[in-house]
Amino acid sequence: MRVSSPASMEATRRTTLRLLAALGLYGVIAPSARAAVVNAPGWPEAAFKAANQEAALKALYGKTLEMSDKVSIETPDIAENGAVVPVSVSTTLPGVTSISILVPENPFALAASYTMTDASLAQVSCRLKMAKTTKVIAVVEAGGKLYAAANDVKVTLGGCGG
Amino acid sequence: MRRRLTLLKAAAACCALVLLGAAEAPKPSDPKADQAAFQAYFRAKFPKVKTEDFGNGPYAVNEGMRKQWEEIMQFPPYDFALDEGKTEFEAKFANGKSYADCFDNGGIGIRQTYPRFDAKTGQIVTLDMAINQCRVQNGEKPLPYQTGLMTSITAYMAESSRGKPFSIEIPDDPRALAAYEKGKEFFYSRKGQLGFACASCHVTGSGERLRGDILAPALGILAAFPIYRSDWGSMGTIDRRFTSCSAQTRAVPLAPQDENYRALEYFLSYMSNGIPITGPGTRP
Amino acid sequence: MASTIRIRAIATGDTTEVQALIRHPMDSGFVKDANGVLIPAHHIQTVTFTHNDKTVFTALWGPAVSKDPYIKFSFKGAAKGDMLKAVWVDNFGQTDQDQGKIA
Repeated sequence: MRVSSPASMEATRRTTLRLLAALGLYGVIAPSARAAVVNAPGWPEAAFKAANQEAALKALYGKTLEMSDKVSIETPDIAENGAVVPVSVSTTLPGVTSISILVPENPFALAASYTMTDASLAQVSCRLKMAKTTKVIAVVEAGGKLYAAANDVKVTLGGCGG
Repeated sequence: MRRRLTLLKAAAACCALVLLGAAEAPKPSDPKADQAAFQAYFRAKFPKVKTEDFGNGPYAVNEGMRKQWEEIMQFPPYDFALDEGKTEFEAKFANGKSYADCFDNGGIGIRQTYPRFDAKTGQIVTLDMAINQCRVQNGEKPLPYQTGLMTSITAYMAESSRGKPFSIEIPDDPRALAAYEKGKEFFYSRKGQLGFACASCHVTGSGERLRGDILAPALGILAAFPIYRSDWGSMGTIDRRFTSCSAQTRAVPLAPQDENYRALEYFLSYMSNGIPITGPGTRP
Repeated sequence: MASTIRIRAIATGDTTEVQALIRHPMDSGFVKDANGVLIPAHHIQTVTFTHNDKTVFTALWGPAVSKDPYIKFSFKGAAKGDMLKAVWVDNFGQTDQDQGKIA
C-alpha cells in the first residue's frame, strides 16, 4: 500500500474534488470521496486486507487449516455472473465458533467471516463477488482448530461483451 | 437472325417475369399464423420446457443457471423496488388523483395486456409510456425511462399480474398491423457492426452459450420485466435492455421508447401470448 | 426514510431461520465510474443480529460481498412472535438498523 504524506494526500484530495466538481459529479461522488474511512468496531482489518489466504487465516485465527470431509460447501460450477455468486457452507462438526469464506483469486483473499454463538446452527449462505475463475474455500473453526473444504467456480465474462 | 429472335424471346421472358414480380402482391400480414409458427418452433426446440417456464428465460433451459436463480429467488433483490413501487403507486398526485384512476382495474393485474395499440393516436403504447401519460395528464412531470422510479412502478404492476398470461391484441386496423410488421422486421433484421439480428441470438442461438451467458429463447423473453440484473446491480425496464443490447451487439442504440423498440415490444409480446407473466424478475 | 434492511425470520420449533437482504452499494474500491475515476470502497463491515439483546450471529464483511447483500443463517432459542434486531456498520461509519418479527 502506498504511503503518502498528509500534505500531498490533502493536495490530491483537493485536486480530485475540483476535478469531480468540474465533471459535475460533486454531489454524486464527492460525499464518498470526502468521507474518511472509519473501520467498524470489531472488524478484523488485517485479515480483510491480507492478499493471500495464508496471511488472511493467520491474521484472523492465528492457525492453519486442514481439509475435512465434515465441512461442505455449495457453489455453482459456472457462475451466472461473477458479481453475485451464491455460496452455502455447513458442517457436522461440533463446537463451531466461526465460519469464513476465502476466494484466493480475488484481490483480497478473505471474502466474509461469520462469528457463531452457542445459539447458532453451523451453516451460512451468502452471495459473493468473484473476480475470476477461482477456488472457493470454506473454513470452519471448531474446537480451536480449522477445518476446510473447497470448490472450483468458473467465472467468465458475460456474453454480450458489455 | 435466329440469335436475334432468341434474344428477343429472352428479353420478352424477362419482362414477363419482372411484370409478374411487380404484379405479385406482398404476403398479407398474418400475425396469428406467425405466432403459431413462432411458438411451435420453440416448443419443438425445447420439448421439456413447460409453458409457464418460458417466462424464465435462461433458467428454463439450463440446470446450472436455474439452481443459482432459485437461490437468489429465496430473497430476490427486486424486493426494495417492489416496496418503493407500491408506495409510489398508492400515493396521490398533487391534484388528488392517483395512478389507479388512469388504468383499467385500478392498474392491478393488467400488465399482461401491454403494449396496446391506441386507435386515437395510432401509436403503440407500452406500460411505461402509459405511466408517463398518466402523470402528465395529472399535472406531474414524466419520469425518466429505463431506470429508477419507473422500474419500481412497473415492478409493482408486474407483480400484480404474476401468473397471468400475455394477452396482447392486434385490432383489425392497418396502423396496428403496420406496427406489428415493423416490430417483426426489426426482430429479424441484421444490424450494426456485428450484423446480429435479435433472432440470431434468441432464435438460432437460443439455449446456447455466449461466453458465460445462456441465451434466452425469444418466446416469453419479456415476461420477467422489469428485472434486477446482477450485471447492472439495479433494476431496468424492457427498453433499458433493448438499448443496452443494441449497444452490446455494436448496433446503434435507439432512444428510450423509440418507435422501433415499441414495435419490437409489441411483436415480441404478441408472439408470447399465453406465456404467464413472471415479473419482476432477476437475471445475470 | 425506509430501512435498508429486510428481515424474514421463520421459526420451526426451537430453530429460527433468518434471511436478510440489505440495500447497500458494497463498492469494492476496484471499479471505475463512467469517467474512469475509481469509486472508493464503500461497504458494510459488520452486521450484528440480536435476540433479547443477546448477539446470536455476527457477519464480518469485506468488499467481496455482493451488492445489496444477502445473508441466511439459523439459530436456536427464539420463538414465534419474538423480535430479531439487525444492525449494520460500514467503512464510512454509516449505520442502519431494523427489527423483524419471527413468524
